[in-house]
Amino acid sequence: MAAHNLKHALFCAIVTLIVAYPILGFNLVSSGTDIILEGATTQTVISVLLAAVVVFLFQLFRDNIMALLGKAPALNPLANRQPMEQSKRLKLESTILTLIIIGALFWPFFVSRGSVDLATLVLIYIMLALGLNVVVGLAGLLDLGYVAFYAVGAYTFALLSQYYGVSFWFALPIGALLAALFGLVLGFPVLRLRGDYLAIVTLGFGEIIRILLNNMTSLTGGPNGIGGIPDPTLFGMEFGRRVKEEGNTSFHETFGIAYSSEHKIIFLYLIALVLAVFTALVIRRLMRMPVGRAWEALREDEIAARSLGLSRTSVKLSAFTIGAFFAGFAGTVFASKQGFISPESFVFLESAIVLAIVVLGGMGSQLGVILAAIAVTILPELAREFSEYRMLIFGAAMVLMMVWRPQGLMPMRRIHIELEKQE
Amino acid sequence: MLVLEDVHTHYGKIEALHGVSVEVKKGEIVSLIGANGAGKTTLLMTVCGNPQATSGRIILQGRDITREPTATIMRSGISIVPEGRRVFSGLTVEENLHMGGFFNTKAEIRKSQDHVYELFPRLKEREHQRAGTMSGGEQQMLAIGRALMSKPNMIILDEPSLGLAPLVIKQIFEIIGHLREEGITVFLVEQNAHQALNLADRGYVLETGKIRLHDTGKNLLANPDVQNAYLGG
Repeated sequence: MAAHNLKHALFCAIVTLIVAYPILGFNLVSSGTDIILEGATTQTVISVLLAAVVVFLFQLFRDNIMALLGKAPALNPLANRQPMEQSKRLKLESTILTLIIIGALFWPFFVSRGSVDLATLVLIYIMLALGLNVVVGLAGLLDLGYVAFYAVGAYTFALLSQYYGVSFWFALPIGALLAALFGLVLGFPVLRLRGDYLAIVTLGFGEIIRILLNNMTSLTGGPNGIGGIPDPTLFGMEFGRRVKEEGNTSFHETFGIAYSSEHKIIFLYLIALVLAVFTALVIRRLMRMPVGRAWEALREDEIAARSLGLSRTSVKLSAFTIGAFFAGFAGTVFASKQGFISPESFVFLESAIVLAIVVLGGMGSQLGVILAAIAVTILPELAREFSEYRMLIFGAAMVLMMVWRPQGLMPMRRIHIELEKQE
Repeated sequence: MLVLEDVHTHYGKIEALHGVSVEVKKGEIVSLIGANGAGKTTLLMTVCGNPQATSGRIILQGRDITREPTATIMRSGISIVPEGRRVFSGLTVEENLHMGGFFNTKAEIRKSQDHVYELFPRLKEREHQRAGTMSGGEQQMLAIGRALMSKPNMIILDEPSLGLAPLVIKQIFEIIGHLREEGITVFLVEQNAHQALNLADRGYVLETGKIRLHDTGKNLLANPDVQNAYLGG
């Protein structure tokens, strides 16, 4: 019998009551101009009480239940397998990745417009998460203001196109480089900071950028945002029904096909896909280069890394700058996709979501981060039919994930760098 | 090799070193002993430029390094084995060693790695094991091996005997003696005064931020004050 669990079980049941009753029981009903608070219906009260009883019983017999579960044969057939050899694993991974990329290239031609649009968003988040993965996952610098660099990229494109008529393809490198510059500038004051302090300063930086954008009304339009951001062109071909800019031709006329608004969506998706693949490849390469090892060394033990002659300044700054660079990339694509941006799009929640993606995916692991980006972006969409409970489901999924797999979806496996054997 | 001239170091407003002068000549083993809080680690950190000395001069191989940044100093033919070993616990033994040779070419790394494995056959056995899963003594060997990877002329050891079993301490000190035979200058900071002075050519006694005594290792061992204060009477 589980007498020692009694107190704990009672406590859990009471917490369930306290939490569930106001959330499920109370209803705000508008009657005329007033809003009235309605109490719970009998049915709700009964279900809340039932839930509390279930929680109580589970907590009371927790040990027994867990022991029974432990006896059950392992359901996961992969649980007992031996880790694959590195060379084999790398080969398998690259094959799978190539297949996924090829699939992703053709996929938008067979699905609905909405899914392609969502997939573009997923790809933007993948870029963001891969960039933040460098800062948080590899270099171990907790950055809560990452969205600032995303905003810099987006606003660079928006402002350049508004004032100077710069096209997407020119704005893309400029936005990324400018974001990288901001990363460098932010890097300097935070060099000496670690952990919590670093998090707070970067959080402040993120807010500064957002508030600046909000208040520099004459330049950025403030909360009204900037609209009319042009779509990307393909070698001077526009995707609109009519050509907007002189000298350009339109895509559907050049190829003699009927106009379809889907062309533009698919084109944007393909751009995002190419850029996301580019981001992944560049960062993968960096991870294997000395700078990648320096990031890891600094994350593992700063004093030891410095004792080996690594410069804390350049290692940290390089991580910040490279992370910011890819956020700028993502920002430019985002601005182009939306056609309209305002400071609303760059709130702290965005930083938090990207950070959640990195943590859920498994810090430092690229494949994990990509999977997590897909899951985190699509899950709220899939759960849309649960309407108001959708964020609740999202939150619960995150909690469960962290309980069962604290190391992330696919924990980082380090790539061993071996010297070639001497001849 | 390494000369400290009247070095003062501050932590904020508090002065931790009150004018310390130490000289380590080429090919020597010099031990620095002192009680907890005497400033031993501060002295080493000052040599490494973190924190920098507020006054005085530090000269390494004829070059004034007093105002140079840590990263530059650590690439000038000097290596430190930091207090508490500080190996990269998530990395394998081999990768730890490679980090030690970060600024060297692959061929140099391969050569120094073979040399380290010769010195510490135990590390060769554990080549692909994660450093964090090894015993304290093995980690200390790895920390020394990692410091040797950059082919230093001089190696600084901060409390290499910390938290190790007597038998392991003996091994570590044997290896330190061996380093001298290879022509590496050793600056050893220890609380384990007996063994440190036994091995050393010369020794310094640091007390509350000042050098109290300075003599050959043998003489210091025989000195009644040192015996009372550091060797348990």
